[in-house]
Amino acid sequence: MSKGFTRDQLAARIARDIPDGWYVNLGIGLPTLIANHLPPDREIVLHSENGILGMGPKPGDNAADLDLINAGKQPITLLPGGAFFHHADSFAMIRGGHLDLVVLGAFEVSAGGDLANWTVDDNSMPPGVGGAMDLAVGAKHVWIMMEHVTKKGEPRLVESCRYPLTAARAVHRIYTDLAVLDVGADGFVVRDMAPGMSLGELEAKTGAPLRRAA
Amino acid sequence: MIDKLYPNAAAALEGLRDGATVLISGFGDAGVPFALCLAVLETGARDLTVVANNAGFAGKGVAALIDAGRVARIICSFPRSEPDSPFVRQYKAGRIALELVPQGTLGERMRAAGAGIAGFYTRVSAGTRLAEGKEMREIDGHQHVLERPLRGDFALVRAEKADRWGNLVFRKAARNFGPVMATAADITVVEVAECVENGALDPEAVVTPSVYVDRIVVTGPGGPR
Repeated sequence: MSKGFTRDQLAARIARDIPDGWYVNLGIGLPTLIANHLPPDREIVLHSENGILGMGPKPGDNAADLDLINAGKQPITLLPGGAFFHHADSFAMIRGGHLDLVVLGAFEVSAGGDLANWTVDDNSMPPGVGGAMDLAVGAKHVWIMMEHVTKKGEPRLVESCRYPLTAARAVHRIYTDLAVLDVGADGFVVRDMAPGMSLGELEAKTGAPLRRAA
Repeated sequence: MIDKLYPNAAAALEGLRDGATVLISGFGDAGVPFALCLAVLETGARDLTVVANNAGFAGKGVAALIDAGRVARIICSFPRSEPDSPFVRQYKAGRIALELVPQGTLGERMRAAGAGIAGFYTRVSAGTRLAEGKEMREIDGHQHVLERPLRGDFALVRAEKADRWGNLVFRKAARNFGPVMATAADITVVEVAECVENGALDPEAVVTPSVYVDRIVVTGPGGPR
């Protein structure tokens, strides 16, 4: 059996690290899993960029409302205390630094905190960017949830991104199946590793130097 | 006496010409003015520039306009929600131009157009491919991109209710781009489930004040989804 956190373990780990009272946007893809693991004793307010604060879980069968969807266009619910607002307000909220945290997926993150998560230049499909650039620039904290290496085993944490950037020097912390790392002033700092991982093994799967947290 | 009510969607699009820029509300299927999109097809207008967050879904709305070859250019943030959509086919065939804009910048460019703002500096997209060719300026130690306003000849907006003057309320997340687009076009056409008498909407709850609305069409609840 391979070492490392499962996706749900990783989502639960991230959820545990989100403080009570934070306003949070969970990006499309892996980060949406985090919503299933938010600690019930904390009030964490979820933002959806299509104009919702206080997003709740998906509705029961036959209760879906076509006008109540999340940024991934899936039916959701609204919690008591939730609110609707238009798109310019939603992104003013994002750019204006009012969200405490966004958790995004990524193709690559560089040691300087550059983020690449919007296109891999695959010419078979036209590009799409959505709100990725706005979220990466605007939120107070930018965390990344991603696999540590590609399907081919190549590092996704790199010295400099090969894929087109979403934002420069934007990422603060990265949660992967193998480790939790901060982007420090001098590159990646290892905060935590999956059970059984050694620093040497992690270094072999990472494309930039690692330091242990003091 | 103010009368913004039109008998049907086709009549409400009078003046829509070839080459027009049309702002179309909606995010996913929520808030898309489906009846007005169908009516655009019936006008026969071509070479349109469409501004919308997405390029349409399931062959409806914006996707129907693209499929019929009416859209020369789309300005949007996320056009490829389905692998084999009309947009993807037309794009691969080189028959539609794409201007990709970050989602918040898209909304803010329309807000600027509606608010008389000639441009704004934002950190969003600085240092990325989407800023190429744009004027840059360092402000407070960060690179910023100059973004220009985005205005439409027409805005087609879905709302829940209008009153006779054109005050609007929306429904849940179907609000999305509607209130912003309503401010940013020469002619704003609104498709609503219901039009009520003046005074029937709570003035404290009005989202879009009537000054932004030119034409109203009642298409019933939900519209043709």
